[in-house]
Amino acid sequence: MIRTFNLSGVIITSFLVMTSIAAADERYTPIQNEMVSKECGACHMAFQPQMLPKRSWEMIMDRLSDHFGEDASLDHETSAEIRSYLVANAADGSWWSGKFMRGVKDHMTPLRITEMPYWVREHNEEVPARAWKDPKVKSKANCLACHAQANRGNYDDD
Amino acid sequence: MNFLQKFKCLRFGVAALLLGISTGVTTSAYANSQLSIIEGYATESKQHDQAFKAFSTERGRLLFSVPHATGKPKTPSCTSCHTKSPLNVGITRAGKEIAPMAISKTPDRYSTVKKVEKWFRRNCKSVLGRTCTSLEKGDFLTFMMSQ
Repeated sequence: MIRTFNLSGVIITSFLVMTSIAAADERYTPIQNEMVSKECGACHMAFQPQMLPKRSWEMIMDRLSDHFGEDASLDHETSAEIRSYLVANAADGSWWSGKFMRGVKDHMTPLRITEMPYWVREHNEEVPARAWKDPKVKSKANCLACHAQANRGNYDDD
Repeated sequence: MNFLQKFKCLRFGVAALLLGISTGVTTSAYANSQLSIIEGYATESKQHDQAFKAFSTERGRLLFSVPHATGKPKTPSCTSCHTKSPLNVGITRAGKEIAPMAISKTPDRYSTVKKVEKWFRRNCKSVLGRTCTSLEKGDFLTFMMSQ
């Protein structure tokens, strides 16, 4: 009887430990499409598509000629390949929506990862305002300024 | 000179020759495609203007350096991102480094027509608010090849 109790205690404890490790895990599948890495990565770190919903990537790819104030237009063939990769790997790209979908309302189509509720919460809690003003940071889109391995999908260093 | 010395001498000569050939080949591989891109713009320029003679390093330098302010507000000039000298590493608005524009620093630049055209299309629109003419493109490349 006591033995059974202990065993279930161990199981419960290890379950709790595992979930807390999972919650601290900020790893994303690195981009596995060369065209996406090359073209998106020409001006900024190529962001992992798991950080925006499908509808956001669609809208971004529809508006490349005015991409946050830059002309980022691509030929049709290239943009079609990039679009399909981004959509297939989006935050809501599989049957199970990733954590980046938390707090995203159905009517919202965020175009910046930095507007995603999950991103905002993670950074508001931990990043002081002065850090964003550091000239080495330059932009909130510059993940690599703080996350040295962000381009490999590893944001654990927070 | 004994046999061993002769052999060393010969070996050095062959190595130097091979080195010369290999560097010659790699440089000219880029140089050929770079020159043919510029020639393409020269042909277009002649079609637009019969009086066209040659591209100008000086006009290219001006195009690169002066503030145009006819495009997007945050990029009035090429130098907004590429810095004042083409020899320097630039930085995009999103904080990513841009390899120097000068051919002496980034020898494989301007070697594929598709990539050259993509960046002229984007950046002429961002900086000038319009497409660039073939004369401007040729001048720009001629300036960068001189750097």
